[in-house]
Amino acid sequence: MADLLNALVTLANFVLIPAVAYGSQLALGALGVTLIYGILRFSNFAHGDTMAFGTMVTILFTWWFQSMGLSLGPLPTALTALPFGILVCMALLLLTDRAVYRFYREQKAKPVIPVIVSIGVMFVLNGLVRFTIGPGEQRFADGERFIITARDFRDWSGLEEGLALKTTQGITVVTAVIVVAALFWFLNRTRTGKSMRAYSDNEDLALLSGINPDRVVMVTWLIVAALATIAGVLYGLDKSFKPFTYFQLLLPIFASAIVGGLGSPLGAIAGGFIIAFSEVMITYAWKKVLGYLMPAGLEPDGLVQLLSTDYKFAVSFVILLIVLLFRPTGLFRGKAV
Amino acid sequence: MNEMVRNTALFGLVAALIVLTGVMQSWNNALLILNMGLISAIMSLGVNLQWGFAGLFNVGIMGFVALGGLATVLVSMPPTYDAWSAGGVRVLAGLLTGAGVIVAAALVRARMAPSRRRALAIVVILVGGFFLYRWVFDPAVAAIEAVNPAGTGYLGGLNVCVDVEGKPCGWVILLAWPVGGILAAGAAWIIGKAALGLRSDYLAIATLGIAEIILAVLKNEDWLNRGVKNVSGLPRPVPYEVDLQADPGFVERAAGLGLDPATASGLYIKLAYAGLFAMVLIFILLLAQLALASPWGRMMRAIRDNEVAAEAMGKDVTRRHLQIFILGSAVCGIAGAMMTTLDGQFIPTSYQPLRYTFLIWVMVIVGGSGNNFGAVLGGFLIWFLWVQVEPIGLWLLQMATMPLAEGSALKAHLLESAAHMRLLTMGLILLLVLRFSPRGLIPER
Repeated sequence: MADLLNALVTLANFVLIPAVAYGSQLALGALGVTLIYGILRFSNFAHGDTMAFGTMVTILFTWWFQSMGLSLGPLPTALTALPFGILVCMALLLLTDRAVYRFYREQKAKPVIPVIVSIGVMFVLNGLVRFTIGPGEQRFADGERFIITARDFRDWSGLEEGLALKTTQGITVVTAVIVVAALFWFLNRTRTGKSMRAYSDNEDLALLSGINPDRVVMVTWLIVAALATIAGVLYGLDKSFKPFTYFQLLLPIFASAIVGGLGSPLGAIAGGFIIAFSEVMITYAWKKVLGYLMPAGLEPDGLVQLLSTDYKFAVSFVILLIVLLFRPTGLFRGKAV
Repeated sequence: MNEMVRNTALFGLVAALIVLTGVMQSWNNALLILNMGLISAIMSLGVNLQWGFAGLFNVGIMGFVALGGLATVLVSMPPTYDAWSAGGVRVLAGLLTGAGVIVAAALVRARMAPSRRRALAIVVILVGGFFLYRWVFDPAVAAIEAVNPAGTGYLGGLNVCVDVEGKPCGWVILLAWPVGGILAAGAAWIIGKAALGLRSDYLAIATLGIAEIILAVLKNEDWLNRGVKNVSGLPRPVPYEVDLQADPGFVERAAGLGLDPATASGLYIKLAYAGLFAMVLIFILLLAQLALASPWGRMMRAIRDNEVAAEAMGKDVTRRHLQIFILGSAVCGIAGAMMTTLDGQFIPTSYQPLRYTFLIWVMVIVGGSGNNFGAVLGGFLIWFLWVQVEPIGLWLLQMATMPLAEGSALKAHLLESAAHMRLLTMGLILLLVLRFSPRGLIPER
């Protein structure tokens, strides 16, 4: 019995909790990608660097607040800086839309053109971020590190294995739930949200019924800026901030959005968790868990790690390939074929 | 005729820029730019096949270039006989097992009627096959990597030819160029099968992914190419500087030209490379021009301009796309092999998407997508700018920060960040050209 509990606790500590936190971050990122795809109809390659930009601004504000002695006690100071990061990121995205994307929208350019353009934007943002904060790693989490430490858990439960819950993981999940609930309320209940959905479903009919396309596009960029900054800051708090890592996040984020079905917000969330769980479970060394579960004498010798962590991107890529081969519209029947 | 004059003038301008580098900085620099320019031109010809002819958006060029680099290691390095006897056969057996499992799963899918049982059978084959593969493969890898890890620790290449001095033959590396193309074509086939025929965005995402995966494999599979320990000292198709300097005839001729032997040998070798690369470039350019003018090229452009109409005329759009995607990637693979040959070493960590994917895109778009000469021009011009922008950027920043006090934190930060100006400049060039001159310097006819 104790063995089973120990196995469960180990599993929760090393697989479930990290995967849920990572999945929430991916889901928020994928929601941004999927919204842009639904409304503006292109895959935004600059999304990873938008996240990096929003996070960078938040970090700068965090440092400023910290230097003024501002603190949230056990919570990271970055949470107070987050709204400012979102505002600056919103301004940036509206600016890029005005300066770059609007021209091609009015031209009704081929769908691949905005994708290439977004790569140009990605470069500029990437350069901007590296220029401002440097290419190195930044840690900006402060406050209490753990909600539950492994030692406390062991003392409390009397089990051999500990269960740690980091503050950042708790914050990630709580924030993600709030943000997703707010987003769905907005999309389903408000007039603007409904007009966005109508525009995404059928542009011509939406225009006929008097929906203002410029407003829909503007609101989309604002929401995307908020989602991207929140996702980026949560990821940065949980792990660390490095511009190149955010560029690399592009692949799992796209995989999440496509697995769920591009253009489907619900699909983006499901996709985020599917990718996160597969990535963590396939790169986790199962030796310890199996050691508790298998009868004595049958414990595995090796690490029982299916793939080394260096290949975590391969996991999202393989899932992406399988979905493209067998169900290109994704699990939730997105709009793209 | 006017167009002809204009294009000649553009090429003349690039040639003049390179000559100017030779006069102002050094001929060594000029030849370095020329050599990488030749390689860049071949890469952008490959991308132009995909984008200019067929409208396919490939953001995984880096992966195909890196596969070309891998080909040089596999073809030109001498085999590590101890490693082969330690686990060579078993590694091959492992790889065959892996391939066999995938083929078996595909066969089951093709032969059985769609049902729960089929799905179950496929899952069982894949999962069981994976463990079988690891069981065969892992011990062999451990055995190979244990053989002299500091010096080799990998299987080595297939170059069994040994010259009179006991070194591996240099000419063998030339064989790696077509092999690099074949490796890249294989990767392109996998990606194309999955992503072509769907929306254009999917190809972009899939190619972005494959490039990351290829790099991850090259960094982690030590038995194959020593991973991040790098493979250096690749054999060369041209003589070594030291041998030239030891050759009295060469020293005499160099003195006749007024050059000291060290400089002369460096220049001689770079010129030799330039000759080799130029031959490949001219060959591929010729083929691309012939393809463009052929019925096949016209069909490709017709498909690009209107897929629906081309399909109505009975053209198999997905199949044609797959064909040209593979061809273009193979050209990138050839260029990648040439580049590693020039470097003389294979360093997986040196492959950056900015440098090997997006820079090539800028070359194609600035030069003129759909026009082979445009792509070649873009390759030379953008490579020249890429090399020269950093010193210019640094100089500009130094000028701009002149009024700031010496030792101020802002000034230090700005000067330190000058290296990141490249990203910004390349992004801006791409955006500006796409916006104001989308047809490029030498537009498609």
